[in-house]
Formats: sequence, C-alpha cells, structure tokens
Amino acid sequence: MLLPAILYVLALVGVPFLLAFVYAVGDVKVASTGYHFVGLANFESVLRSPAFRRALSNSIIFTVCSQALVLVGGNVLALVLKDAFRGRRLIRFLVLLPWVAPVSIGSIGWKWILDSLYSVINWVLIRLHLVPEFSPPMWLGQPTLAMISVILVHTWHVLPFATVILLAGWTAIPRDIPEACAVDGAGYFRTLFQITIPMLLPIINVALLFGIVFTFTDMTVIYILTRGGPYDTTQVLPSLAFFTGILGSDLAEGAAISIFLLPILVLVAWRMLRTAHRAEVG
Amino acid sequence: MASRRRTRRILATSARWGILAAFSAALSFPFYWMLITTFKRTSDLYNLKNNPFLFNEPPTLEHLRLLFEETLFPRWLWNTTVAGVCVVAITLLLALPAAYALARLTGRWGERLGIAMFLTYLVPPTLLFIPLSRVVATLGLQDTIWSIVVVYPSFTVPFSTWLLMGFFKSIPRDLEDAAMVDGLTRFQAFLRLVVPISVSGILTVVIFSFTLVTQEFVYALTFISSASNQTVGVGVPIFLVRGDVYYWGSLMAACLIASLPIGIVYNLFLDRFIAGFTFGSVK
Repeated sequence: MLLPAILYVLALVGVPFLLAFVYAVGDVKVASTGYHFVGLANFESVLRSPAFRRALSNSIIFTVCSQALVLVGGNVLALVLKDAFRGRRLIRFLVLLPWVAPVSIGSIGWKWILDSLYSVINWVLIRLHLVPEFSPPMWLGQPTLAMISVILVHTWHVLPFATVILLAGWTAIPRDIPEACAVDGAGYFRTLFQITIPMLLPIINVALLFGIVFTFTDMTVIYILTRGGPYDTTQVLPSLAFFTGILGSDLAEGAAISIFLLPILVLVAWRMLRTAHRAEVG
Repeated sequence: MASRRRTRRILATSARWGILAAFSAALSFPFYWMLITTFKRTSDLYNLKNNPFLFNEPPTLEHLRLLFEETLFPRWLWNTTVAGVCVVAITLLLALPAAYALARLTGRWGERLGIAMFLTYLVPPTLLFIPLSRVVATLGLQDTIWSIVVVYPSFTVPFSTWLLMGFFKSIPRDLEDAAMVDGLTRFQAFLRLVVPISVSGILTVVIFSFTLVTQEFVYALTFISSASNQTVGVGVPIFLVRGDVYYWGSLMAACLIASLPIGIVYNLFLDRFIAGFTFGSVK
C-alpha cells in the first residue's frame, strides 16, 4: 500500500534530483540530444560569473532580511492575536490573506501599487510632502529600492504563515506561568524575554526553518515584480537558474546554479530531523 | 494605585488594537486595492490629479466584462479546475493507503518513514524544474495541463501522507480489529470505519491539494508555454499583459476573483494544515 506513493515520489523527486547532478556535470542544451561529461566545468564558469556572485549574495540578503522581519512581526502579531476578542476571526482572515491567496496574484497586486506612474504609495508620500512631486521614488526601477521592495513583498507573503505557526506556540503556554512570574514580581517585559520567549524557542525554530526554505528557494515575487532587474540587481539563485536554464536554454549551467540551493536545504533538513526527533523522545 | 493600574490597562488595550489595526491594514491592503481598481473607470485610474482612494467617476463593470468576454481568463479558471480535480484524485489515491500503512506500521519505522516522506516535500521546484522540464518533454506532456497534473502530486502526496498519518494514528487499532473479527476484510474496515472518522483530515488534504494548483507558479511557468493552456496563477500575472501594456482594471479584477474564494476556503482549514508543520513540538 505504501509502494505506489513511494514510487511516484521517487520517480518525480528522486529521479530529477539525481538528474540535476548529471546535468550539472554535462553539456546539455535544450536542443541537443547528446551528453558529454564535462566534470566541474559548469561550476567553474558559474563561480566566475559576476551575475552568479551577485545572485548568491542577493539570495542571502533576501533570506536574512525577510526572515528577521518575519520573526519580529510574526511574534508581535501572534502575541496580540492569541487571546479571544470580538472580531478576532475577521482580523485573522485579513491577516492570513497574503499567505492563502496565490502569491503570483498577490505580487501582481503589488506591481500595481508600486507602479512607476500610478503608485498609490507615491501619491500619499507626495501629498505628505515626503518626496518631491516630479521625481517620486521608482520602487522597482532603482536597484536598492527594488531590492527593498521585493524583500518587503516577500515578507508580506510569508509573514502570516509564520504567525500561525508561532500562534500555536503562544497559545500552548499555560496561563499560570506568566501569572506566577507576575506574582513573584517580574515585570511584563522581563517575563516576556526571560520566560516566555525561551519557552517558545522550539516553535520559533520550526517557523524559521520553513521560512528559510520558502524564501531561499522561491523566485515568484522577484520574477513578477522585477524579472531580476534592473540590470540583474535583484536576481537570486532560483531566478538566475530559471533565466539561464529555461529561458536561456543552457540546462547544464542552470542545473549547476540550482545545486547551490542544496547546502541550505541539507542544513534545514538536518535541523528539522533533530526537532522531530526531540518531539518524538520528549 | 488602582487608577494607575487602570491607566496601564487602557494603554495596553490601545497598544494592542493599534498593532492589530496596523498589521491587518498593511497585510490586506493589496486586496482592498484590487477591489477599488476593479470597479474604477480607466479614465479615473489614469488621471494623476484624482484622489486614488475615491471614486471620482461613477463605478463601472467594464473591466469585468472585458475580462470574461475578451481574455482567456474563463479558460484559465477551467484549466485550473480540471487540473485541481485530477491532482486531488491522484493525491487521495496514493496518500490514503500510504498514510494508513504508515500509521499501522509497528515500532518507530512508521514515524520515521513518514518524516522521510515529509522531507521530500521540502525539495523545492527550483531545484528540480530543469531536469523535470526534460522529463515532461520526454513524456510528451510539454505545454499541456497534464504536465502539472502529473508533477504536482510529487509534493501534494508527501505532505498529505504525513498529515493523514497523524489522523489515522489517533484512531484506535481495536476498532478495526473488532470489525475484522466480525468478518470484514481490512480494506472494508478501512473504507467503512477509518475513512468516515477521518473526513476532516481528508477534506484538509483535498483543500490543500486544490489550492496548491492555484498557487504553484514555477512549474506551470516552466512546463506550459501557450497562454491558452495556463492555470490562473500564471495566466493572470504573465499573459494578461498585452505587449507592454498592463490593463490594470481587468488585471486587478482577475486577481480578486482568483484569490478571494481560495483564501476563504483555505482559511477555514488552515489550523489543521498548520498542525502538519509543527511536528508535535507544540503540546
């Protein structure tokens, strides 16, 4: 009974996974049918290219910044959402929308909000006299702003997911523990940082691990908002692999770029196994 | 003393509502903006002197008419539905027996195999899309909706198996044993006893698999090149743009229609879905 599922997954995850390595050490192009082993030549050419190095550092910046924002935002949001109050269901629905709605669709909504000419954000900023009327910020057209925009939009998308996971942790803390601390004379913030947050660490760990996978390996927000532009300044590893391997039809080099996603994935999988193991033992 | 405590409580409550208001406004703003844009006249949208938050001209249904009559949008909705139903069917067919078998395996091996299965869910499309594009071409499925019907179960099955395994484990084994003593086969016992008890788990899997078809972007973009064979998730952001011209009114209408129903349904099942992600690290 197990076999069909395992075979299906092996055929469509295991086989392509191995093929990715085979391609990365070969010379496959979309049109070609032959295959020649070229050793590490693809990796060498990838590592030498400035576009790759830029994409690698962008991937790291993209992941670190958005996950930092998600952890702070997610915990604050979980803290205010955890107790019952009137309208909680509605607010929870509004807050969750960015995660439950398709991300490509949400991103195109942001593309309109950040439009070079009709941006509603610029309209507000101009009325508040925060930016000059005739040269408002080009959110997606200027390298630094474009990077900030894609980070914020991606954060917008994954924040609700982290919030719900963290919320599960926050609601599981017995009420009497913070109360006992208050009786013992500990203030609100002392209880928060010395008791509550340490208790939450396992669940924060889980939220962070999923967050890293969903951020480091994703290209949807960047593909839709900037296509990696302007001038490849917001390119990340997955999007570079897509442009090289699929649109540029250099399958071998594209595969070589994707393989650089692997170290992070292995690290995350290892941490996750430890978490699962501890839950099993504990 | 008492009044100081009251001031503090009022402060805490207002801080909390302030945070709630700020977050829900920021997070739901794009959807509100889609709604406003959908019903605005083009001349109103593109007049820089107008306040974009207001209807400066009477609202219109023109964008919706354009979307349904002159674009491929209805076609994309149909494609998504067909692919969604097929993916759900394949997922249930593979994941139900697998999860049941794992739940009933003795010792720790069931749990461990389940976790191994779950980990394959983490292997991202962006690592596999290049070799898979060749596999799909070899199977002759390139540029058809069937390419994603075949590929999507590779991540709906691992996650669904993991989720269902949790459900099946909570059902006492004695129940089936008793039924089998009464003359039912294991398969009958599974179908008549276990499945009805696990309806909510199965429903979660159905919703998860279906929404995934609307949400997935990378594979659909890679495998399908014709606009008419796309799903909503790729069709709307990529193919609703003609040349370099964005028809923002219809585009936002399409976004709203594609995201709200999915959002509402998914939201109802989110808690069960999240339980699959936390590995029991919350108890």
